Amino acid sequence: MALRGAIVVDTERCKGCGVCVVNCPTQTIALSKEVNSKGYNFLYMENPENCTGCTNCATVCPDAVITVYRVKI
Amino acid sequence: MAEKVLMKGNEAIAYAAINCGCDGYFGYPITPQSEVMETLMKEKPWETTGMVVLQAESETSSINMVYGGACCGKKVMTSSSSPGISLMCEGLSYLAGAELPCLVVNVMRGGPGLGTIQPSQGDYYQATKAGGHGDYRMIVLAPASAQDMYDFVDLGFELAFKYRIPAMILGDGVIGQMMEKVEIRPAKARRTEEEIRALCDSWATIGKPAHRGGNTITSLALEADVQERHNIHLQKKYAEIEANEARYSTYKTEDAEHLIVAFGCMSRIGEAVVDYAREQGYKVGLLRPITLFPYPTAAVEALIPQLKSIMSVELNAGQMVSDLKVIANGRVPVNFYGRQGGMIPDPEEVFEAFVKSINK
Amino acid sequence: MDIKDIIKPENKVYGKTPVLKDAVLHYCPGCSHGVVHKLIAEVIEEMGIQDKTIGVSPVGCSVFAYNYLDIDWQQAAHGRAPALATATKRLMPDKYVFTYQGDGDLASIGTAEIMHACNRGENIVVIFINNAIYGMTGGQMAPTTLLGQVTATTPYGRRADLNGYPMKITELIAQLEGTCYVTRQSVQNPASVRRTKKAIRKAFENSMMNKGTSFVEVVSTCNSGWKTTPVKANKWMEENMFPFYPLGDMKDR
Repeated sequence: MALRGAIVVDTERCKGCGVCVVNCPTQTIALSKEVNSKGYNFLYMENPENCTGCTNCATVCPDAVITVYRVKI
Repeated sequence: MAEKVLMKGNEAIAYAAINCGCDGYFGYPITPQSEVMETLMKEKPWETTGMVVLQAESETSSINMVYGGACCGKKVMTSSSSPGISLMCEGLSYLAGAELPCLVVNVMRGGPGLGTIQPSQGDYYQATKAGGHGDYRMIVLAPASAQDMYDFVDLGFELAFKYRIPAMILGDGVIGQMMEKVEIRPAKARRTEEEIRALCDSWATIGKPAHRGGNTITSLALEADVQERHNIHLQKKYAEIEANEARYSTYKTEDAEHLIVAFGCMSRIGEAVVDYAREQGYKVGLLRPITLFPYPTAAVEALIPQLKSIMSVELNAGQMVSDLKVIANGRVPVNFYGRQGGMIPDPEEVFEAFVKSINK
Repeated sequence: MDIKDIIKPENKVYGKTPVLKDAVLHYCPGCSHGVVHKLIAEVIEEMGIQDKTIGVSPVGCSVFAYNYLDIDWQQAAHGRAPALATATKRLMPDKYVFTYQGDGDLASIGTAEIMHACNRGENIVVIFINNAIYGMTGGQMAPTTLLGQVTATTPYGRRADLNGYPMKITELIAQLEGTCYVTRQSVQNPASVRRTKKAIRKAFENSMMNKGTSFVEVVSTCNSGWKTTPVKANKWMEENMFPFYPLGDMKDR
């Protein structure tokens, strides 16, 4: 059994601090080149196929902008 | 016949608190008012009415415990004397800014600094003009007897909750230490949780029910326009209090040509001065402000047409006299006689000062 | 498998708790305050005590904590939160009452209030954010600022002879008979966040058991005040703060 995950980022509330990026064990996420209306490089899934839905990114997020989904396949 | 009990003014505060359904007292010992907390501790109201009594680590902490309790819609109070009240002024400013009801008793002693433990009225300005920072007022009641000390506890809470404002009983060492007969009033039960929720749910921090968002009690407003709106709201409230809540008594003012104005213990000496002066042929009357904020301005104003002079008699260097000068506005001479440092004048001494003041 | 098939309500495993309001936090990017706010909100949700919890916010960056957690809040004068909480808990013993205080608020101007509330064993929760600096006023020295640490008021680094020593206030608190649970945690990675959440939950549970005061220090970052990035701040904290402020339970009874 494998786990597949995905995240949804509230990009307008994301401040691009990057704490989640260094805590992602599967190199799924990165900060975008684009910015939101506040000028922050927000979080996105650079390699979505890597995501296992481990919730580490959301756990360390200070702004609670990440929602995590997971399925067993 | 209501029961009458001989007690000190300070003890009257404690018994009245228990009797009128006070929820909590938080204080720190200081002469000349330590009997308030001592009496409460001896009476153990937590075993009867459920009232909380706690000796705090400082006056700063006491007033902030009062702040916390007031946030919960509870009838909470503290008591202290002048130096301790100075420490509480930060908290009083926050209470006023956050529009919280509470009762603070100041049994005044001489200052400045550590001063003396003898009676004084040197905190008139501090009490009536706001001792802490910012434009705020408190309701200030000036007791002249142990019975007043007793009755003003309930009255203070009534007014504090009516306007969501700190109320102060501004007594002094004479009234606090003096023993008199006090009539015990019918007891009031402490408010139930349901009653508090019905009365205070729109603002108090009593737990957020599902039907409303969280209440926040704060005195902070970072935006200037928000703060100004709040200030204007507060001033409106103070004006309403000035229009509705001024209290005073008079003694032989009907035909008076000269008016002595005195509050607290000095009003009792003032009555003796009036009688003595009348024996000597002077038509003197007394006006005793019972509320110092709101000041009984209209009552003084109404007497001015018949007056040749006003004399303010205070246990300080002359504080209330400045309010009387504003009211008189040059129409009548306003004189002053006072003693300081814990000294108390006798009626003859005040009479001599009065005679001198009208012949100068 | 398509992402659309994963992102479905029934597959959701982590999201923002409704106890947190929708307001955007005013904190700087990467600030530890946000994580701790979130953990308190999650504990309140999981314990089902949103209607029974009263928070007391301090003076400092977290003065606005009341904008983020949807509970009843009191905002205290600088350092006085434990006095407010004392009265609140004593007058409403069936409520969960916590203070949320920074190092300037708790360990400098409010030392008397925190010491005596803890010594009386008030049945409250104290959340203590130690980031070794004054954040809101622009990065001045805090009582917990490390020796050598550069701040706006120690521009050449904190010196013991000039500025005194960093205060290990949590160790002092642990000595007081009134405390039942004293712990020091952090929130820089998933494991530490989960440990801190457990600590906060235990502290809230303790407050209904008449055991005394529960005190949770969270060694935190202030990357703006420290003049570094959020990720580097976490590293600096691990290398410099943890040796002086070691993590773990100091007392649990």
